[in-house]
Amino acid sequence: MSKTTEKRPLLEVVDLKQHFPIESGFIIRRQIGAVRAVDGISFTVNEGETLGIVGESGCGKSTTVRSIAQLYKPTSGSVIFDGIDLVNAPREQMLDARKNIQMIFQDPYASLDPRMTVRTIIAEPLEIYRTRGMLDPSVTKDVIERRVEELMERVGLNKAFKNRYPHEFSGGQRQRIGIARALALNPKIILADEPVSALDVSIQSQILNLLHDLQKELGLTYVFIAHDLAVIEYISTRVAVMYLGKIMELSRSSDLYKNPLHPYTKALLSAAPIPDPVIERKRQRIILTGDVPSPNKERFGCYFYDRCPYKMEKCKTNIPPMKRIDENHEVACWLYE
Amino acid sequence: MTNATSPDTYKRLLEVKGLQTYFKTDAGIVKAVDGISFTLNKGETLGIVGESGSGKSVTNLSIMRLIPSPPGKIVGGEVLFEGKDILKLSESELRHLRGNDISMIFQDPMTSLNPFLRISTQMIETIRLHKTMSRKEALAKSIEMLKLVGIPAAEERIHSYPHQFSGGMRQRVMIAMALSCEAKILIADEPTTALDVTIQAQILELIQELSKKLDTAVILITHDLGVVAGMCDTVCVMYAGKIVEKAKTDDLYAKPSHPYTFGLIQSVPRLDKAHDGKLFSIEGQPPNVIDLPPCCPFHPRCHKAMDICRTKYPPTKDLGNGHEVSCWLFIDEKEHSHE
Ligand SMILES: Nc1ncnc2c1ncn2[C@@H]1O[C@H](COP(=O)(O)OP(=O)(O)O)[C@@H](O)[C@H]1O
Ligand SMILES: Nc1ncnc2c1ncn2[C@@H]1O[C@H](COP(=O)(O)OP(=O)(O)O)[C@@H](O)[C@H]1O
Ligand code: SF4
Ligand SMILES: [Mg+2]
Ligand SMILES: [Mg+2]
Repeated sequence: MSKTTEKRPLLEVVDLKQHFPIESGFIIRRQIGAVRAVDGISFTVNEGETLGIVGESGCGKSTTVRSIAQLYKPTSGSVIFDGIDLVNAPREQMLDARKNIQMIFQDPYASLDPRMTVRTIIAEPLEIYRTRGMLDPSVTKDVIERRVEELMERVGLNKAFKNRYPHEFSGGQRQRIGIARALALNPKIILADEPVSALDVSIQSQILNLLHDLQKELGLTYVFIAHDLAVIEYISTRVAVMYLGKIMELSRSSDLYKNPLHPYTKALLSAAPIPDPVIERKRQRIILTGDVPSPNKERFGCYFYDRCPYKMEKCKTNIPPMKRIDENHEVACWLYE
Repeated sequence: MTNATSPDTYKRLLEVKGLQTYFKTDAGIVKAVDGISFTLNKGETLGIVGESGSGKSVTNLSIMRLIPSPPGKIVGGEVLFEGKDILKLSESELRHLRGNDISMIFQDPMTSLNPFLRISTQMIETIRLHKTMSRKEALAKSIEMLKLVGIPAAEERIHSYPHQFSGGMRQRVMIAMALSCEAKILIADEPTTALDVTIQAQILELIQELSKKLDTAVILITHDLGVVAGMCDTVCVMYAGKIVEKAKTDDLYAKPSHPYTFGLIQSVPRLDKAHDGKLFSIEGQPPNVIDLPPCCPFHPRCHKAMDICRTKYPPTKDLGNGHEVSCWLFIDEKEHSHE
C-alpha cells in the first residue's frame, strides 16, 4: 500500500448494539431479558485495509459482521457504508449498497448448498441481483457463465469442475468456492467470518495467501474474524480485540504484540502458543481464572472485571470509555485514565 | 544396585513397533496407520503432530485396542506396555489396562461423560472399577481430584450433571476422571482443540502440572505446532499414516529436516516475528490414503522430489540424538540400490 494515499473510511460502525431477546411463556410470550451479543461498539474501516476482529467464542464477532451485513436489524447504532446509513436507508438503496458487501464463512461444508453445483453456487449472487433488475442489462447468461469460469480460475479451481458438487471437493477447495462466490458481484468489502479456522495449517496458509493477493489485485477491504491471534496479526492492518460484546482495544496490528495495553489483550497474547520451544520455555503466561461470563446481564462496570488480574474498585461500577493513547492505539481500561 | 534390568528397558514404558492399522472400505483399503514405531519413556511427554487424516487418532485407538472392527483391523506390529504386547491381551486383561495403566482424554468430553448421570456417580464408578474402595472413599477421592483440576465448590458441584458445566469445565472433569485412576500413561487426543486460547492455556498447564506431580507419561496428540513446542519432550510428525520425522522437540524446531516438517513450521504465521508479504505455503492437498502406492506420500507436494521418491518409500535415517527422518534426501546415492 502506498503511503501517500489518503485514508478514506469505507465503513463506519457507530455505537452498534445487537441484542437478542430471551422470551418465556407458552401462549403469551414475553421478553424476560436479552443476550447482549454486541453491546455498543464503534470502529472505522478504511478503504483497502483489513480490520481484524479477535476474541474468544461468544464475544460477538459473528454477530458484529452479521449486523453490518444487515442480516439482523441492529438494536441501535448505525452502520455507514460508503456514505449510506444501511440501518435507516430505504430498502432499495440498502440492497444496492449490500451488493458491495459480501461474506465468507468458516465452515465451507455448512455454508455451501450440497444440492447445487459449483457453477450455480458461484453464479447465484449474480442471478439474484439480475432477477431483481439491479444489474447492468449487459450482464446476460453468457456473461455470467464466463464470469464463473474466470472466478474459478482466479481462486485456483479448475473450471472443468464447474458442474461438480461441493462434497467432491476438499475443505480448502470448498473455501475457494466460497471466496469465488463472494467475489461474484465485484464487492468493495468482504466480511470474512473465521475463513481459515477449520482448515489444516498447510491449507490455511494457501487461503491466507490467496486472500492477500486478491486484496492487492482488486483493492478489496476486509473485515477479518479469527480467534487465532497469529493469523489476525498476519492478515490485519488494524486489530479490534473483543470481549463480551465490547471492544477492549483497537490498535495497529504491528503494535499489538509489541505493546498490548488492555489486561485482556495481554492475557490473550500470553496464552497463544508460539511454535518455538526455546521461546515457549521462557514465556510468562498470564493464566486467567474462570470462564467468560454470560452476556445476558446488563453491566455497569468494566466488562472484563470478573476475570481481570488488575481490577480496581472503580472498575466495578464505571464502564471505561475508549481512550486514544496515540494515533494508532485506543484502549478501554481505567488503568489508562 | 540390585536391579538387573538395564536402565534402558526400565525407562521404556510403551514401545510401538511397526504398527499397521487398516480399514476396509468400499473405495479400497485405507492404510490409516502404516508401519509406525516410537517409544514413550517414563515421565516423558511425547507429541504426535500432523494434519487431519494423518492417522493420529487411529494410532491412539490402536494402542487402546479400540479400533472398530470391521471395518478396521490392526494388521501388523507390536504395542509393548512394560514389555507386554497389548495386541495379544485378552478382553479381561484389556479392561484392566484401560484406566489402570493407560487412560485417555478426548477433544469432546461428552464422548467419555454420560449426560444422564451425575458427575459424582460417574467418577465413583470409574474409580471403583479400577481401585478397591468404598463408595464413600471414592467420593472423597473424586472431590479431591475435582479440586486438583480447579473446579470451584467441588463438594457441591460434583453432584451436577455434565450439561451444567461449561466446555472448559467439562474438559477439566474429564481430566480429573482420567487421572483419578493414577494410570501410568495418559493419552490426550486434541484435548484443547475445541477450547478458547485462555482456557487452552489453563488446561495444558493443568496436564503438565498433574503429569509431573503424579509421574504420568503423556502422549499428546495435536495439530497445533505451538502446543507441541510448549508441552512435549519428543515429537513424532505424521503424514499419511507414517511417521516422517521424530526428534527431541528442540531439535525438531531448530532443524526440521523432512520437507513436510520444514514446510509445516514455516507455514504458521508467527506472532513474535515481523512479516511482510506472503506466507510460506505447501502447495496441493494431503493425499488420499486409499490404495496409496509404495512411494513417498509427500512427493506430489515436495519441491525437492527426485525420481526415486515417486517409486519407493524412503528408509529411516538417524541423524543423531534420536533425530530420525524418512526422506530420500538423507540417503546417499549409493545406498539407494541397497534399499
Ligand atoms: N440469533 C441469535 N439469537 C440469540 N443469541 C445469539 C444469536 N446469535 C448469537 N447469539 C449469542 O450472542 C453471543 C455472541 O455470539 P457470536 O456473535 O456468534 O460470537 P462469536 O462469533 O464471537 O463466537 C453468544 O452468546 C451467542 O450465543
Ligand atoms: N472407522 C473408520 N472407517 C474408515 N476409515 C477410517 C475410520 N477411522 C479412521 N479412518 C481413516 O483413517 C485415516 C486416519 O484417520 P485419523 O487417525 O482419525 O486421523 P487424525 O490424524 O485426523 O486423527 C483417515 O483417512 C480416516 O478417514
Ligand atoms: S478497567 Fe479495570 S477491570 Fe477493566 S480491564 Fe482495566 S483494570 Fe481490569
Ligand atoms: Mg463466530
Ligand atoms: Mg483425530
